[in-house]
Amino acid sequence: MDKLLHIQNNEKISRADIPHLPFPAFRQQLLECAAAGGQIVQFFAYEDHGIYKLIAVMRTDKLYVGSCDAPDSFASLTVESEKFHMFEREIGEQYGLKAEGHPWLKMVRYHPNYSGKKDVFGNDYNQEIPGNYPYFTVEGETVHEVAVGPVHAGIIEPGHFRFQCCGERVFHLEIQLGYQHRGIEKLLQTVPMKRLPIIAETIAGDTTIGHGLCQAQAIEALADIQVDRGAKIVRTIALELERIANHIGDMGALSIDVAFNPPAAFFGRIRGEYLNLSQILGGNRFGRGLVRVGGVTLVMGEEQKKLLRDKLDELTPEVEHVGKLIFSAPSVNGRFDQTGTVTQENAEKIGLVGYAGRASGLEYDARVSFPTECYGELPVVSALKTVGDVRSRGRIRYNEVINSTRLIYTLLDTKQEAKPYAPQEVQLAPNSFVVSINEGWRGEVSHCILTDEKGAILRYKVKDPSFHNWTGLALSLRDEGISDFPLCNKSFNLSYCGFDL
Amino acid sequence: MESIFSFCFAILIAPLLPAVIQKTKAFFAGKQGPPLLINYYTLIKLFKKGSVYSTSTSFVFQMGPVVGCATSLMMLLFFPLAGAAPIFSFHGDVLILFYLMGLGRFFTILAALDTASPFEGMGAAREAFFSTLAEATVFGILVLFYRLSGSLSFAEFFSSTSAITLSGTHTALLVLVFIALYIVMLTENSRVPVDDPATHLELTMIHEVMILDHSGPDLALIELGAWFKLLFYSAFLTRIVDLFHFQNFWLSSLYFYAVVTFIYVTIGTVESITARLKMNMVPKFILTPFALVFFATILTMELIK
Repeated sequence: MDKLLHIQNNEKISRADIPHLPFPAFRQQLLECAAAGGQIVQFFAYEDHGIYKLIAVMRTDKLYVGSCDAPDSFASLTVESEKFHMFEREIGEQYGLKAEGHPWLKMVRYHPNYSGKKDVFGNDYNQEIPGNYPYFTVEGETVHEVAVGPVHAGIIEPGHFRFQCCGERVFHLEIQLGYQHRGIEKLLQTVPMKRLPIIAETIAGDTTIGHGLCQAQAIEALADIQVDRGAKIVRTIALELERIANHIGDMGALSIDVAFNPPAAFFGRIRGEYLNLSQILGGNRFGRGLVRVGGVTLVMGEEQKKLLRDKLDELTPEVEHVGKLIFSAPSVNGRFDQTGTVTQENAEKIGLVGYAGRASGLEYDARVSFPTECYGELPVVSALKTVGDVRSRGRIRYNEVINSTRLIYTLLDTKQEAKPYAPQEVQLAPNSFVVSINEGWRGEVSHCILTDEKGAILRYKVKDPSFHNWTGLALSLRDEGISDFPLCNKSFNLSYCGFDL
Repeated sequence: MESIFSFCFAILIAPLLPAVIQKTKAFFAGKQGPPLLINYYTLIKLFKKGSVYSTSTSFVFQMGPVVGCATSLMMLLFFPLAGAAPIFSFHGDVLILFYLMGLGRFFTILAALDTASPFEGMGAAREAFFSTLAEATVFGILVLFYRLSGSLSFAEFFSSTSAITLSGTHTALLVLVFIALYIVMLTENSRVPVDDPATHLELTMIHEVMILDHSGPDLALIELGAWFKLLFYSAFLTRIVDLFHFQNFWLSSLYFYAVVTFIYVTIGTVESITARLKMNMVPKFILTPFALVFFATILTMELIK
């Protein structure tokens, strides 16, 4: 790890300062870091004047960055540490750089690579997904296969799930996504600067603030723009409101999945109330159009503060009451307990983030580890459970709702007004690098921007927490009843479009 | 005349009663719920539609709903509803009727398998397994009733001189039977905690997933069959309760439907205050009533000399 550069969250780094190692040394450094408990924040390839390079951002309790020239095919890191498996598949898919020896090299989003190199997976992209891809199969007379999706009941997004079952028991679940691939990373590198936030907010519709904030911070760092404290407070409140609304909605969904209707109805309504608070704060129920480079578009006045405080006073006891209703019902606990367990060991290996990670005993919370905005001065208490089952994930989300409410109260008591927002010309620093990390409601959201010598965006890399956690869902189904899949799925509630980009 | 009137009334009211369950659930959830006549609207809507058949299905698929609905209707023909004698009755009709119901289920399962969908196959497997377990209880109850009343027909079970009533001499035994039959009713009619009739998640469904491919009038027949079946079971329970005897047909009808409605309300209540069981716990739940009935039967060995 000694050859990697220690950096800060949202710190502008000159690309020349990033240690550029030969591949074997680079590989050695990353593996050392992973073995010491480090996790991967970003690991991707990019093209710089016709040369392909790899860059990696690792986190322990600090952030490290390192890079190397990418060989066309390289010795897979996944062989040594499972943490890299999704990232190596993505690198192979995006730039045709093959990780030799990767135990399960398959496509991530099913699109031709950007470099025009030979396809690593041997796919014919004229065929529709899943094309000619042979799914992992279990053989045997009693084994049957269930294919679900990409078109589902209800209003969820498209994704394909392949179960290998013996009766009701699931041996293995394979998840194939990519149906919503929109080419966001490419798009972000080409559009005019003022369109960037609009695209960032639509990376995953339920993480509007999370992604918007990551982008705004990254650009502010590259363009040396300071944000006044009032705007920071609004941003923090917006992120916490997004967290609360999503957690509440999902707890209701968890209870409806086990046919326990009343809490679902109550939480459905309460979620709407929190979305309305977002509207009071930023003019949009889903947080669109609030966070912009340099601050926030709406100033929070005394009137808004009062509305927020009054509504929170009214909602908090209701949330506590309904939470009690769910988590104290024996029949509900019977369903939640010991269902969809991801052990701490496995969670560590695949690098679970967010509430899914915290339910399995991984403490990481970006609000605590790499605080941005106002989090550095706030007493963030991240909930922690160690069992890793549906109940843990549910309880953690309930606890987070309560904690977030406290944070919002604290922020509302702060006397500081944001300056009115004025759009400003943004000029990114040339030849620079920045990584920004925020704890979105689902977990660690991270954006990474590299600029070229003219200050234009050379590479824009987005990582949604779902990128880590989909593997967690697949693992949680091992040896589980197939009828518990919807419950496990809901307890993770991962983003399809955030993954597909 | 009274029998025929009673039968026709039962058929007409069967779609109304499940709406009571929905209303009850809506009440617990603090919602308004659908109108009480919702199921009639659904029926009209479905009968107006055409049916869509997959090219991979055969005539078996089209027979499923017809047989299913017809067999449920048969149950009501033979059951002494609302104090009136049933339209048909003969010694041993209960055996034939429960097996007719089995036949209806058999065709529903065949129709589901005929679609070759992995979901429907899974639902069919669950339905076959769970109803096999429930059958043990049903026949346990029949054995007990035979010992109590010496007959094997619905008409004689609930004739005015019969011993099968909570107000009779075997109250303790019949309380056990009532509980057992209530659980069987929840199982056979795919209610919570065994199944969730309201879910949209195919992987968790038991009964609903088997009828995913049916549409239009076929679906209407399936729904009708399900409502008749639920009415049959709640009528069965009601006749066991039978605390009051009215000589007047209208009064006894009123009392009968009051109790039936109350049973529907309890179903709605159960669905509002409990979650579904985990799939691997369902067999235990279904075998519990069998244990109760078996125990009750053992007791009769001593009681009736």
